[in-house]
Amino acid sequence: MKKTIITVVGKDTVGIIAKVCVYLAENNINILDISQTIVQGYFNMMMIVDRTESTKHFKETAEDLAKLGEEIGVIIRCQREDIFNSMHRI
Amino acid sequence: MLNIYEVAETNKMIEKENLDVRTITLGISLLDCIDSDLDKLNEKIYNKIYEAAKNLVSTGEDIAREFGIPIVNKRISVTPIALIGGAACKTSSDFVTIAKTLDNVAKKVGVNFIGGYSALVSKGMTKADELLIRSIPEALANTERVCSSINLGSTKTGINMDAVRLMGDIVKETAEYTKESDSLGCAKLVVFCNAPDDNPFMAGAFHGVTEADYIINVGVSGPGVVKTALEKVKGESFEVMCETIKKTAFKVTRVGQLVAKEASRRMGVPFGIVDLSLAPTPAVGDSVADILCEMGLEYAGAPGTTAALAILNDQVKKGGVMASSYVGGLSGAFIPVSEDQGMIDAVVAGALTLEKLEAMTCVCSVGLDMIAIPGDTKATTISGIIADELAIGMINQKTTAVRIIPVIGKGVGETVEFGGLLGYAPIMPVNQFSCDAFVNRGGRIPAPIHSFKN
Repeated sequence: MKKTIITVVGKDTVGIIAKVCVYLAENNINILDISQTIVQGYFNMMMIVDRTESTKHFKETAEDLAKLGEEIGVIIRCQREDIFNSMHRI
Repeated sequence: MLNIYEVAETNKMIEKENLDVRTITLGISLLDCIDSDLDKLNEKIYNKIYEAAKNLVSTGEDIAREFGIPIVNKRISVTPIALIGGAACKTSSDFVTIAKTLDNVAKKVGVNFIGGYSALVSKGMTKADELLIRSIPEALANTERVCSSINLGSTKTGINMDAVRLMGDIVKETAEYTKESDSLGCAKLVVFCNAPDDNPFMAGAFHGVTEADYIINVGVSGPGVVKTALEKVKGESFEVMCETIKKTAFKVTRVGQLVAKEASRRMGVPFGIVDLSLAPTPAVGDSVADILCEMGLEYAGAPGTTAALAILNDQVKKGGVMASSYVGGLSGAFIPVSEDQGMIDAVVAGALTLEKLEAMTCVCSVGLDMIAIPGDTKATTISGIIADELAIGMINQKTTAVRIIPVIGKGVGETVEFGGLLGYAPIMPVNQFSCDAFVNRGGRIPAPIHSFKN
């Protein structure tokens, strides 16, 4: 499984999750977990996704999502989960 | 499964607290390039480095993108050139041609520094060692990315005072050769006692003769992360403070270990070590001095500074050692003046002197680093400063180093600008009393009593 963490940070607005999910569905990326919270009016979301079935390269997915973020007015980052596991799990 | 708070914590370290991997350094052995024909030697060196390192920069960029962690520098270290050039180089100018080859190949593969224009002379100098040392001013003036380091002593051998005397002259000469650029050449020249074979950090990186053909060493950083963690335990006991540093160092080092393993896998090169250093940059919030202030000092250099630095260095190691399968290099907190805004502020405020810095080097990872001094400082005085620093390393069985810049044409009160990661520095006063007769004695300092452990 190629687990990737997608984080979305920015001003809360209608349809952020919907737009990200549409992109993921279109690209055959499966969502394993979503958590979301609002801190001082700012939208914070984390998704754990599986890219195994996606035909797109990591770099392309990351660039597409960053561009989508610009359109919505939020910052979308795409990182392999290993960095978080390394730091927070022994 | 990971939760949103853990993910947010990691990303906050990267975005707000300057967490990064400071360098991926590819070590390359040049021993099999040795040839008695200088042109052939240069050609072999160029080809070997090019073939080994052509994908280094792109691999580093891929890893940075996929993990979302900046990898600031991609660098190369090679076998000390005095060993490689000995058979072919009959003059110092011959050695300069090798420096130019190293510079050319560094530019070709896109690394920002290449280390290993070096000689290991802790007990004695061969003819080749001396030729290389005498070529340093010209080599550093005629290249951009080459870094030079000389090991002048060790706990096992004592200190080679003839070489220390010579390096006083060479540091001055290097300053003269590069005086148009504020004596920048000296920023790429460091002398050591107990130099490690696997240091990934410049200017002192070289690929030791104990190493394999190729190796990946990684240097992590993150003074900003440690400082932010300490902000949350203001006023707490030493126990709480130490635990906080240790836990933070663990997290920072785990990222370094991950990047090192990944780079090693993708390049098909064995993983060597992670260097657990807190390396500052001139950027705001990326300062080791600021950690010392957060620990409770008004400025770095105030009474208590050496103790605070000792704690910091020790806790960083304790936290980091468990996070990495192999730890090496310099491993500790760096205290360069020009590369650390907090250190610069402390010097300007009059809190930090050369003598206090020397005391601090007894408990930190390296030594007198990136210190600008008046351009009219005598060569023998520089040798004296070097001898003091190396004695600390020799007696305490640790690595110490001197990277000092006599800025030609400038004096105390003036400022020198090196640019980029090298930063800027106020010129610090140097003790004016003479050590000529001491330095000029010649010979070497015998190995200390505790080196005889057999």
